[in-house]
Amino acid sequence: MIQQFIDQAPIFFTLNNGLYWLRALMTTLSMALIGCVVGFIFGFVLVYFRTSPIPWLLPLRALLIAYVEIFRRIPFLVLTFLILFASRGFGFQLSLFWVACVTIVLIATAYIAEIIRAGIEAVHRNQWECADVMNFSRARTMLYVIVPQSWVFIVPPAFSYFIMFIKETSLTSQIGTMELMSAGKYFNSIGISPVMAYGTCLLLYFALSYPLTRLGRRIEVRLKNRFKGNMATLSASDQ
Amino acid sequence: MSYTFQWGVAFDYLPYLLGGALVTLHLTFLGFLAGLIIGITTAVAQVYGSPLMQRTANIYVVFFTNTPSLVTAFFIFFGLPEFGILLSPYLCILINLALNAGAFLADVFRSGIQSVKTAEMEAAEIMGFSLFQKVQYVIAPHIAKTLYPPISNLYIIFILGSALASIFGVEEITGRAFNVDSETFRSIEIYSIAATIYVLLTFAASFALALVGRYVFRVKARMF
Amino acid sequence: MTQLEINGLFAEYSPSLPILEDVSLKIETGEIISIIGPSGSGKSTILRVLVGLLHPSQGHVIVNGTEVNYKSPSALKSMRDTMAMVFQQFNLFQNMSVLRNVMIAPLKIKKEPEAEVEARAKEYLEIMGLGEKFDAYPDQLSGGQQQRVALARALALRPKILLLDEVTSALDPEMVNEVLDAIRVLSTKGITLIIVSHEMAFVREVSDRVIMMDDGKVVEIGTPDEIFTAAKTQRCRDFISNIIQH
Repeated sequence: MIQQFIDQAPIFFTLNNGLYWLRALMTTLSMALIGCVVGFIFGFVLVYFRTSPIPWLLPLRALLIAYVEIFRRIPFLVLTFLILFASRGFGFQLSLFWVACVTIVLIATAYIAEIIRAGIEAVHRNQWECADVMNFSRARTMLYVIVPQSWVFIVPPAFSYFIMFIKETSLTSQIGTMELMSAGKYFNSIGISPVMAYGTCLLLYFALSYPLTRLGRRIEVRLKNRFKGNMATLSASDQ
Repeated sequence: MSYTFQWGVAFDYLPYLLGGALVTLHLTFLGFLAGLIIGITTAVAQVYGSPLMQRTANIYVVFFTNTPSLVTAFFIFFGLPEFGILLSPYLCILINLALNAGAFLADVFRSGIQSVKTAEMEAAEIMGFSLFQKVQYVIAPHIAKTLYPPISNLYIIFILGSALASIFGVEEITGRAFNVDSETFRSIEIYSIAATIYVLLTFAASFALALVGRYVFRVKARMF
Repeated sequence: MTQLEINGLFAEYSPSLPILEDVSLKIETGEIISIIGPSGSGKSTILRVLVGLLHPSQGHVIVNGTEVNYKSPSALKSMRDTMAMVFQQFNLFQNMSVLRNVMIAPLKIKKEPEAEVEARAKEYLEIMGLGEKFDAYPDQLSGGQQQRVALARALALRPKILLLDEVTSALDPEMVNEVLDAIRVLSTKGITLIIVSHEMAFVREVSDRVIMMDDGKVVEIGTPDEIFTAAKTQRCRDFISNIIQH
């Protein structure tokens, strides 16, 4: 096997190949980023309407709750296939990249909505009542009081979901998107040994995930320090 | 709309697809169980092991928690034959699941072990408990209760993660969906049904786990 | 002149959990009313109903001659413009500095000009003895300081009626006095005060009238002297003698 490594090394370690890997890595990262950012925005909108006290919005609220519960329980791979075939079946010629992004948005919205909801509920009820009594509208209360205090509960888990999605994008290689995993498959198919091809793949995913995980922990510590002391929240459980 | 739905065709294959759920449960149950053993061992190594053991355990955990399950599966599936080891796809996926689960579970167990109050541990130390006895009488009961919810949660996540077994030919839910799709080309219907099976399966699993948690471990949790 | 009139008020959290039963009272402008009684007697609930956090199941609340319709959002809004409330704890918005806490409602909700709002906020904070703490955040302040900021914040809204719901009950004993001093200052400003408190000596000193409640009903209303030394009802006498024992 070492012999194989020595034989293949010159073919493998070229600048072109390096750029190929880099492009694939960028695709992976951008899919995850777009999916999570859009999912975050949708998540907020979803939670805002889901917790609305307006009575005639009840059917909408039920729908939103159902959405979150369902889309947190569909495997990424299955949803990817579903989106691919559904979009083609109904005449939308989405590129594979966008099929992947749509899948991530759909799942990320569900997961992040749950995180946001938990974060907002962790802020003490009195904060709502104080704002209420001072004639704050619901929107203003969320904007000025509740959401700023819920960041410390929302950002750490949301960030770790972002990192999880970077790894989940590897599944989109199954529908043919040109991301990091499919780069590994490509190199394996042109004769590079699987150990080298997938090994490089593993290392690159690691290079994405590990630093971000460390960064996430630093952010979490920073946020927690910002609000030390008698914070108006229920006790937050550490992950 | 240029796609005409033919749900009837898809529903003919429902028993076959549901059979896949059994394979999924079988696969995840065994894999997760192996993962539990690996996880506890790793966690104990991380907290109480020699520096070398700690190093090895840490590398293992950090590696598997920062790499996608699919890629490690490919590595195992295509890489092992390079070393002369030939295993069935099912076994490859099982090993992959166990190793991945083990790493995530090790993190959970480690935080559980570290949360056992030092006073309890010191009392056990003074009474002359060996490491094994400490685990048995002090650590295990405490963490069984605290860690049950996160561990159940991880199991559900791994049920969803088992879908990638289909890529290697294992005939669990997604794998069977893929087969039916190749035969009938009713893709949207088939994969919708597969998705529904996963949703119902995970609801049922969460419920069952919550029941077990409530009566065996006395853990109060939402029944969903 | 009667500013606030409560007639036959009933309230409940659910049909099986009644809290207030047939509560009636009249409050004059500028009066200082204290409500005392055992826990669960409904003292805080009256305040919560007044400010609209709980809807009454029966009865009327009349402010300055106009009945308040708690079901109408605009009526609720204008009533909250005349009333301000300070809670037992977690009053302050933890993500804002002290000054911003006091400024935010007049600025963003009442849309008053910033310079004016800021000057007023600083003035009230100084009256409350917090002139040095404009830029501090709530988690850097002691409980007593936080409650004083909450009082300043309530004042900055220029309410006609100020409701104080057991504002010292959650404080360490050493900090109770500083907050009571702050309330003494408030009592000279001519605002109608409705105070729910366990601090009997303070209640006796500062109130124009005292209301004793038990089990959701008004047991007795009278001047501090009447209630504390010569209560007319047995229940009230029992309550007072139990308190004074301590």
